[in-house]
Amino acid sequence: MANSGEAAKAVPWRDPNARAYVEIDRVTKSFGDFKAVDDVSLKIYKGEIFCLLGASGCGKTTLLRMLGGFEMPTSGRILIDGEDMTGVPPYERPVNMMFQSYALFPHMNVEQNVAFGLKQDGVPRGEIAERVATMLDLVKLGGFAKRRPHQLSGGQRQRVALARSLVKRPKVLLLDEPLGALDKKLREHTQFELIGLQDKLGVTFLVVTHDQEEAMTLATRIGVMDHGEIVQAGTPSEIYEFPSSKFVADFVGSVNIFEGKLLEDEPEYVRIGSEELGATIYVSHGISAAPEAVVWAAIRPEKIFMSTAPPASTGHGNDNIVRGAVQDIAYLGDLSIYLVKLPTGKVVRVTQPNTSRHAEAITWEQQVYLSWDTSSPVVVTR
Amino acid sequence: MRILPPLSKVGVSGRGLVVTLPYLWLLLFFVVPFVIVLKISFSDVDLAIPPYTPLLEWVGKNSLAIKLDFNNYAFLFTDPLYVHAFLNSVKVAFVSTVLCLLIGYPIAYGIARATPTTRNILLLLVVLPFWTSLLLRVYAWIGLLKANGVINNVLLALGVIHEPLNMLYTPFAMYVGIVYSYLPFLILPLYANLEKMDWQLLEAAEDLGCRPWQAFYKITLPLSRNGVLAGSMLVFIPAVGEFVIPALLGGPNALMIGRVLWDEFFSNRAWPVASAVAIVLLLLLVPFMMWYQSVQARESASAR
Amino acid sequence: MNYRRSFFITTCLGVGFAFLYIPILSMVVFSFNASKLVTVWDAANSPTLKWYYSLLHNEEILDAAWISLKVAVINASGAVILGTLAGFGLARFEQFRGRFTLNAMTTAPLVMPEVITGLSMLLLFVAMEQLIGWPAGRGITTMTIGHMTFSMAYVTVVVQSRMSTFDIALEEAAMDLGARPVKVFFLITLPIIFPAILSGWLLAFTLSWDDLVISSFTSGPGASTLPMVVFSKVRLGVSPEINVLATLTIAVVTVMIIAVAVWMARAGKAAQASAE
Repeated sequence: MANSGEAAKAVPWRDPNARAYVEIDRVTKSFGDFKAVDDVSLKIYKGEIFCLLGASGCGKTTLLRMLGGFEMPTSGRILIDGEDMTGVPPYERPVNMMFQSYALFPHMNVEQNVAFGLKQDGVPRGEIAERVATMLDLVKLGGFAKRRPHQLSGGQRQRVALARSLVKRPKVLLLDEPLGALDKKLREHTQFELIGLQDKLGVTFLVVTHDQEEAMTLATRIGVMDHGEIVQAGTPSEIYEFPSSKFVADFVGSVNIFEGKLLEDEPEYVRIGSEELGATIYVSHGISAAPEAVVWAAIRPEKIFMSTAPPASTGHGNDNIVRGAVQDIAYLGDLSIYLVKLPTGKVVRVTQPNTSRHAEAITWEQQVYLSWDTSSPVVVTR
Repeated sequence: MRILPPLSKVGVSGRGLVVTLPYLWLLLFFVVPFVIVLKISFSDVDLAIPPYTPLLEWVGKNSLAIKLDFNNYAFLFTDPLYVHAFLNSVKVAFVSTVLCLLIGYPIAYGIARATPTTRNILLLLVVLPFWTSLLLRVYAWIGLLKANGVINNVLLALGVIHEPLNMLYTPFAMYVGIVYSYLPFLILPLYANLEKMDWQLLEAAEDLGCRPWQAFYKITLPLSRNGVLAGSMLVFIPAVGEFVIPALLGGPNALMIGRVLWDEFFSNRAWPVASAVAIVLLLLLVPFMMWYQSVQARESASAR
Repeated sequence: MNYRRSFFITTCLGVGFAFLYIPILSMVVFSFNASKLVTVWDAANSPTLKWYYSLLHNEEILDAAWISLKVAVINASGAVILGTLAGFGLARFEQFRGRFTLNAMTTAPLVMPEVITGLSMLLLFVAMEQLIGWPAGRGITTMTIGHMTFSMAYVTVVVQSRMSTFDIALEEAAMDLGARPVKVFFLITLPIIFPAILSGWLLAFTLSWDDLVISSFTSGPGASTLPMVVFSKVRLGVSPEINVLATLTIAVVTVMIIAVAVWMARAGKAAQASAE
């Protein structure tokens, strides 16, 4: 979604000569025996919106705080725009943070809050007033300058926090669960506003979140974290369509994972025999794995076709087709989720958009055929 | 742009300075005095200024003699007056604490259960006497309890009694005084503890078949344990060494160790004995003070 | 929240508050009693203001009140500085050398009997005078030092408790925006916890103003505080002037508490109303 207006922009993470704007070099943070962040290395490029995505306790917030200067790495370095910032305290970094609770100073009004950082830098008063006014207009809080934080709604407070951090024109803006406190409608609206703001100002964003929808919408790239490590980093579509492990496949979106053994392993295709599935899976790309290895095929629910009549051939005999009975249906308005129980006992999750009001909708206990494209499954080896 | 030493946390140099000032002050004016009291408790009464013999004495050219006189302590433990005073003080403090609990717990509970507006008013009403001088409030009881005081006059006028009751200068008066003065010290920490309680636990208990009194006994009481202990310590420990109330209300027979200490010091000018009394009293109370500290630590840990 | 209005609890509350307030009210009533016997109501000549007049012209009491005031103000101001530093340090810095000791030293005075604290401080002053010649004799200085030592413990508790509910993100945000730790304390922390510091000041003031035992030990000739004068008077029995003093004290305290309560309620309502 991000960068949609700039197809011409290079893809710096693919360019081996591009210089990283923020470089996290083998950073570890230990609290006693516990490693909150374990030997993480990451390169973030200028103008990106990079999202650290993970469950609570995975280390993403600790990593963010180390970038902000609120924690010191136990080992490793952090470089920002080429300079080593590892031991530098927060008040001397060209980095600003937007806190999860917004942390607006309750004894100051909106204007004074936003001006605070500029005052600390010794910016002349006239310039402060101008920059504050411009920033407030940018976040659409022009008339709120004299209000106090307790007089603002949650969304307005967030915009003040944003304005306060951005007015200093930091090199990197750190955002800690920026949308967590907002309700669903406001969240969607704010997501797009954030992207627009970032686009306009060109600031590099680093966002921490546990909400994968948020990450998918905001990010140019996502780094999925688990137990202090980054398990996969890539664009949203890369993460979603080509997860590198079961964990990532399961964490981002819903997925069906079938365990199986490699039957045939060729450069252009593989065939996997899965007992769980009770059928063979034909995948139209090669993988690298040991012969006879145990692998997993991950298939997204929206990529499975469900029909009452046997489907037209998928091109490979009986591969990629199974039969089952509908066990449960959840109607969500725009789509429906079906849980289909296979003869082997495994339950498969299928989603279908409700594109028309069929008379012959699929109901409970109905026998159905499930099938999928040969390019749909993703094979992961861990 | 500087690079701080890798293991230092933000602002570590400032940290030391912040706590140093109060630390040194308390060390000098709170802890060192106790060492001096200890030292003097080992010395003898002397007709001098100050009225005690020195601890260290030069004997000859190169030797320093430390003279530790244990007579004061021996005196304390053999003279029945002191033993009685200590035991009586503990007894009075303990009974007062129990009475404070019996009167104060329902009050704290009532305030914690009240609606927010009522609660604030009630809290203000509890706190107001606290801000008024203790001395004056104890004085009030003199006026109430004495032979021609308010209570006697009212009872006589109503015909309930025919002769004034002897209430002032009795142990009874002292108990009234102590309970009266220390009640807010029990109510406030207990209230603070009860206020944090989840009242839905009681509803859940009743839903599962518990009667109200049982629910109180099995749920509220155990959960308020820390508040009860904290409030009790805040009453018990100072009450053991209480001086003003026994002096004003207790009469000459009210033997409290605080009073004994005062008399030894001001009336008898027996500084070494007074010091010994102080040390023994301190040793007696230190376990309770440590208990109080651990209760407080537990309370703040669970609050986090 | 469903609460049960128990008859038992309401009765307890009623009896409890009656117990707390009847002595106070009786003092107030009898301050207007013409009879010197205080508690024997002289219907013929009462109510009267003659004892009020007499008190306000009593030199001994006025002098003592003035000394008490001086000591209380200096004590409160000093205690607030020491207590805020200690309370802030204990709340913010999880580990530092001497933390256990500082914690113990700031909680012990809260529970320790005053006779012990008073005696020990006096002996310290005597020893110091012998050793270095200061303080020369006991008086206002030694008394103030004595008061400050136990007052600061109370201020520490108040400040520490306030800091524990203080969102540390506010301090981090200020540092993030470029303010060094010292500036953060004065620009952000202090203004926000100011009400707690103010209540600490008032608490320290009151403790000093009312203190008898520690004052008696640490004071000297010519430096008698109001409680010391009152004590010597009431040892001999009741005195109508003391009733007047009590009434005046209660009046002042009541007015102040109501003023604070109204101010807090108004501030709270304003915050609530404009947050909608």
